[in-house]
Amino acid sequence: MSPKIQEQREVLLSIRDLHVWYELRRFGFSHMGYVKAVDGVSFEMAQGETVAVVGESGCGKSSLMKTILGINIPTRGELVFEGRNLSKLGSEDLRNYRFDIGYVQQDPYGALPPFMSVQQILEEPLLISGVKDRRERLERIHKTMTEVKLHPVEDFLHKFPHMLSGGQQQRVVIARAMILEPKMIVADEPVSMLDASVRVEILKLLRSLQEKHRLSVIYITHDLSTVKYFSERIFVMYAGNLVEKAPTRRLLSNPLHPYTLALLAATSDPDAGNAEEFKEVPPGEPPSLVNPPKGCRFHPRCTKAIAGLCDEQEPLDFEPEPGHVVACWLFHVEEP
Amino acid sequence: MSLVATQELLKIENLVLHFKTTKGVVQAVDGVDFELGTNRAVVILGESGCGKTSLSKALLRLLPRNVDKYSGKVFLQGMDVMELTEEEYRQNVRWVGMSLVPQAAMNSLNPVLKVGEQVAEPAVLHLGLGKTEALGLVFKMLQHVGVPLDFVERYPFELSGGMRQRVALAMALVTSPNLIVLDEPTSALDLLTQANIMNVLKRIKHELGTSFILITHDIATSSELADEVAIMYAGQIVETGDARDFFPAPLHPYSQMLMASVPRLRSDSDPIFINGQPPSLMNPPRGCRFAARCPFRFEKCSQEPPVIRKGNRKVKCWLHN
Repeated sequence: MSPKIQEQREVLLSIRDLHVWYELRRFGFSHMGYVKAVDGVSFEMAQGETVAVVGESGCGKSSLMKTILGINIPTRGELVFEGRNLSKLGSEDLRNYRFDIGYVQQDPYGALPPFMSVQQILEEPLLISGVKDRRERLERIHKTMTEVKLHPVEDFLHKFPHMLSGGQQQRVVIARAMILEPKMIVADEPVSMLDASVRVEILKLLRSLQEKHRLSVIYITHDLSTVKYFSERIFVMYAGNLVEKAPTRRLLSNPLHPYTLALLAATSDPDAGNAEEFKEVPPGEPPSLVNPPKGCRFHPRCTKAIAGLCDEQEPLDFEPEPGHVVACWLFHVEEP
Repeated sequence: MSLVATQELLKIENLVLHFKTTKGVVQAVDGVDFELGTNRAVVILGESGCGKTSLSKALLRLLPRNVDKYSGKVFLQGMDVMELTEEEYRQNVRWVGMSLVPQAAMNSLNPVLKVGEQVAEPAVLHLGLGKTEALGLVFKMLQHVGVPLDFVERYPFELSGGMRQRVALAMALVTSPNLIVLDEPTSALDLLTQANIMNVLKRIKHELGTSFILITHDIATSSELADEVAIMYAGQIVETGDARDFFPAPLHPYSQMLMASVPRLRSDSDPIFINGQPPSLMNPPRGCRFAARCPFRFEKCSQEPPVIRKGNRKVKCWLHN
């Protein structure tokens, strides 16, 4: 996006006009339409960059993430990772591609198999990726566990997930994502299931791993207050589209899209004064992705919607300054 | 019935709830005291496993079978409800005096009953209303919580999460209790829906004069409703006070660190984390239960700290002695 970033760093991941649609069928065969979970998303990410995707549940964040992980097949558009076009890869290459990306799940307890010990959990990716030497596997497990601060390592190796606290479980999940030394990590709400005091610890751990290994991280969340500690850019997603993309500082200080404004207004900081006033919340609920509203998808809930424009035509991208892109008609109209 | 207690809507004295397990006794709620006035909201904040949900169960006497010890005094409008028999409690307290919106309430609705019937049920059973009268009440409550009235004919699966949460709230309101216990009312909801539900709770508090006990671990959202704050740690309440005093300057070291761990959108403070883990409730340490993680601990902390009054605030810590 930003020309500055592109000059300095190599592009790692480039997504162009990505569509992920799921077909709906009645009784298993007759076609009923599509769930347009991701509908025309484009962005580029540099090596070592951290990006947060912010949006509510059902906005398509998870579908986007799964497509990047190589689990979903894009309906249209392309996803290029280090020059490899994902939709053109054979199954062997796709497998190798998946070794380059680590996945940190939302619910650590659900993500860890209950019948495997920590050692088995961490050994599995190494076995699958073909590390045949047992000594090497153990060495790498030790190294990664030390990195995620699960030490003394020996105390944890033979424990099962249920014997660990929530924070420790999430460390195991992170260790599993890191063990193949990936170039990129996709973290899906990595701290939303954790307690406040542990949350910060895990975020700081992810941050330090990111800096140490120059990882690219896609951080998927609905919690704007944690974003600024973690990412350089924020993408705001609504009903399958990215409605605003901007560097974190700029988005927090100068948000433009009405939906971004609503999200920021709804985020509270602990303050006794909050109890005295009502929050402004846009009316209604996110639209169905089967039959999204015509024009701007936010227009039925938007207080500033322009009749005859917002409900008719899809908004074009507007770039008030390099690197800050907003898909909203308001900013086209105001410009001469 | 004591005279002091009649001043308050709710007064809890030394409430204890212990569970028997195969491994030992879990001291989930261990000597909790607090008071709550009419039309006030208290937030009980604590990390998972500190006994918050057990406290709500103890208040409503919704107990599992493995209770080891259940004692203390709970005065609701001056009446000690712990003295009542189960049948008296069911008739006079649960739903009528005090109702509960349980954790993940939106998923606890009966999937085969229409919304209207479900919301009407407590009114029919506890207030002895006929079906039409009850339905009138249902309409009134649905209006208060912002659910469109034609939803009475719908089934829970046809509603979004936020709407189902509102329905659960309407159900708790339909018998017009003076006190509603909310257990994590917003934790499974989206940001904008959370803000909406908090708005609804504020409105109900203004319009109906209801009191709330809000049990949560989400500190930022809790400040939307709190008049008073109670911090719970390892089965005990370590600090209580007015929200306006508490949020700017918590007293107990645990409260201070907990507040400092909250990431903030509108300030650049760097959040901290608390080292270590809460103690096991099976065998809590003697003396102050936070001592092992506390940066300010000294010799005295190995003895049970007293509850120290500071104006309207109370803190269970030797530092403030």
